[in-house]
Amino acid sequence: MSNVAHDAHDYVPPVEIPEMELYHPKTWLGKYIFCQDAKVIAIQYSIVAIGIGLVALVMSLLMRVQLGWPGTFDFIDPAGYIQLVTMHGMIMVVYLLTALFLGGFGNYLIPLMVGARDMVFPFVNMLSFWIYFIAVLVLVASLFVPGGASGAGWTLYPPQAILPGTPGSGTGIILMLVSLSLFIVGFTMGGLNYVVTVLQARTRGMTLMRMPLTVWGIFMATVLALLAFPALLVACIMMLLDATIGTSFFMPAVVSMGQQLDYEGGSPILFQHLFWFFGHPEVYIVALPAFGIVSDLLSVHARKNIFGYRMMVWAIVIIAALSFVVWAHHMYVSGMNPYFGFFFATTTLIIAVPTAIKVYNWVLTLWRGNIRLNVPMLFAIGFIFTFVNGGLTGLFLGNVTIDLPLSDTMFVVAHFHMVMAVSPILVVFGAIYHWYPKITGRMLDDTLGKFHFWTTFLGTYAIYYPMHYLGFLGVPRRYYSIEGTSFIPESAADLNVAISIAAIFVGAVQLVFLYNLFVSYFRGKEAGPNPWEATTLEWQTADTPPKHGNFGEKLPLVYRWAYDYSVPGAEQDFIPQNVPPSVGAQTVDDEDEEDYEQHS
Amino acid sequence: MSNEAVVDEAGRPIAMVEGLPGVVSDWSSDQRAFKRVPWGKAMMWIFLLSDTFIFSIFLTSYMTVRMTTTVPWPNTSEVFALTVFGEHIPLILIAIMTFILISSSGTMAMAVKFGYEKKRKITTYLILATALFGASFVGMQVFEWSKLIFEEGVRPWGNPMGSAQFGAAFFMITGFHGFHVSVGVVLLLIVARKVWTGDLENMRPGFFTGRKGGYEIVEIVGLYWHFVDLVWVFIFAFFYLW
Repeated sequence: MSNVAHDAHDYVPPVEIPEMELYHPKTWLGKYIFCQDAKVIAIQYSIVAIGIGLVALVMSLLMRVQLGWPGTFDFIDPAGYIQLVTMHGMIMVVYLLTALFLGGFGNYLIPLMVGARDMVFPFVNMLSFWIYFIAVLVLVASLFVPGGASGAGWTLYPPQAILPGTPGSGTGIILMLVSLSLFIVGFTMGGLNYVVTVLQARTRGMTLMRMPLTVWGIFMATVLALLAFPALLVACIMMLLDATIGTSFFMPAVVSMGQQLDYEGGSPILFQHLFWFFGHPEVYIVALPAFGIVSDLLSVHARKNIFGYRMMVWAIVIIAALSFVVWAHHMYVSGMNPYFGFFFATTTLIIAVPTAIKVYNWVLTLWRGNIRLNVPMLFAIGFIFTFVNGGLTGLFLGNVTIDLPLSDTMFVVAHFHMVMAVSPILVVFGAIYHWYPKITGRMLDDTLGKFHFWTTFLGTYAIYYPMHYLGFLGVPRRYYSIEGTSFIPESAADLNVAISIAAIFVGAVQLVFLYNLFVSYFRGKEAGPNPWEATTLEWQTADTPPKHGNFGEKLPLVYRWAYDYSVPGAEQDFIPQNVPPSVGAQTVDDEDEEDYEQHS
Repeated sequence: MSNEAVVDEAGRPIAMVEGLPGVVSDWSSDQRAFKRVPWGKAMMWIFLLSDTFIFSIFLTSYMTVRMTTTVPWPNTSEVFALTVFGEHIPLILIAIMTFILISSSGTMAMAVKFGYEKKRKITTYLILATALFGASFVGMQVFEWSKLIFEEGVRPWGNPMGSAQFGAAFFMITGFHGFHVSVGVVLLLIVARKVWTGDLENMRPGFFTGRKGGYEIVEIVGLYWHFVDLVWVFIFAFFYLW
């Protein structure tokens, strides 16, 4: 087998790290509930995240119902509406997307893709999930306390977040802050695991520059999260103190309902800075894993190496670094020194450069590829469309002068839903269709999958495209009703009806997906070990689904990068990472001895 | 997998490159980016990086509210002065606390050294001494807090000396740091027990985790301890001296 593969060598360096000690629980609880296997933890994370995500989906439909047909549904009052807005946003961003990408896909894919038997500290990893689970329970509990859940908007800006008059300003906001703090503690436990596993526990031959981009994306997102969540944690602690014992970190002197409150001298803007110092990296915590996964999906299903692998890696790193210096572009309307606005607008536009590089590379990966329009591929291509769309409107909003009139309108809602709701969720779907065969051993139904894709993809456009227009009309976001607003034409109401119908339709279509997930688990076609003919290590495992310890007796050795598709001269159109370049290579252990002599 | 030369499974040393080219070669190698670093130690370093962000943000927030507040900030060297034997000495308690905490870093460093030499007895004593220093630090903090609360009337929501944010920032930051020290003391006691009983040498599995530990856990808890110490230096500089 002669070929001109990229970065493929017969030599694999000797073992440096001893075999990981696997923990075999003896009790039923240890095996099925407090399981320490990263794959089980991943599934636990995913189920909880998707479960709470469905709650948030229903919330969004309730919001759409109200906006489409204002006044028809008595059970949604203005306070309830803003509570729906708040909980929908917070759940989707933090408890669904962050948890699913990092806790779900991160736990499942990192050890398998880098060739480790498990995460480095499985016990801590297990704790991570259970703390996340408690955080979700606390959040859900806030829906049922007197006063209801917080209605402060997902950004929880003080002073209004904790002042009477805002729904849930009593127990609701306190539970929200406690839940977020718990989430951060739990996430940190998992996140440390992911980072150390990638840095210190790869298999032999797996260099950083041979890692699949999925791992790169999840890895950098985790680094971001470990550095950005502290800001949210500190903000939560300070707001908790403000709300409970009456400190004034974020509270200036306030007259509320004719009464002078006991607050004095705090800085509400400080909270905004802290929140967005977390909040903007959070966008990339969600986006980078999506970038990585989509790169792999495109490459596998286009039977072509990813275009510009190194550039893709560096783009991820640069985006991650830049994401820490753009946060105040969320605060142009809060009032700031024009020079600051200039600075943050500039950095925001600079971040478009590595992002654009990634988009070009995705398109060039497709270029003249042997494209197989499998369901994961459809979702990956769909992602490119929605992401470019959301990215371009991001350039609008990154400029101070354009942001000012568009801020707090439906345009912003359309922008961020396109770029960080629809895009990542399309990748989540694509990734589930892609890896479900490995996780369960069975394929998801193709026809239902295609139906799911086309309806979701076109449906989201039907929802969010008109929303841009509403934004230009000046329709404000977070408003319970726009009736009787003279500057908004009546046609806006018709458009709202159309959007709501589309939203309900897209929401209902997800039931098809859930049905597919459920039924295919029992009746799906047998997948075999490598249905997509992919090169990465998770498809080369001894068992499908992989057992505890992932790889059976011997860890795989890596001889090449993850993208040897359609290599000229090769027998198959893909060469797995653990296949050595030379023909009839000796068994690895014998070869090791000789190599050692040659290289020492 | 500790401080010794990097060896493969058969005990053969792996060639290492020195200096900056070494960094490049380590990061472009397989298996590990930090060649001599065990997993636990890498994890502690990354945790401390994250924790650094937490404390930096606490301190930045404190400085921000100190700027936004409309009421004058109390004079810290007056507030934290004690009258000892008729002498009015500013910041005396804080100075002693700082001295104790920095000394504890010394005993900790020695414990790490003797730990790797597997001198169980002296390692245990040094870890216990560190824990004792830490506990006395927390004790003095309790004294400082109770003096402020009961004698000076400082509360998180206000105080007679000036800006309300003074008490808020003080209790929050020193409280969070004191919590770190207390956690450190507990960790030290656990590690001291493990060293004393020989669990580390006999590779006894841990109670919760079911996994074996080595003497690097002395160094790992040491890293945490030095970090807590370093953070205190910044709190001392930014809160008490400013």
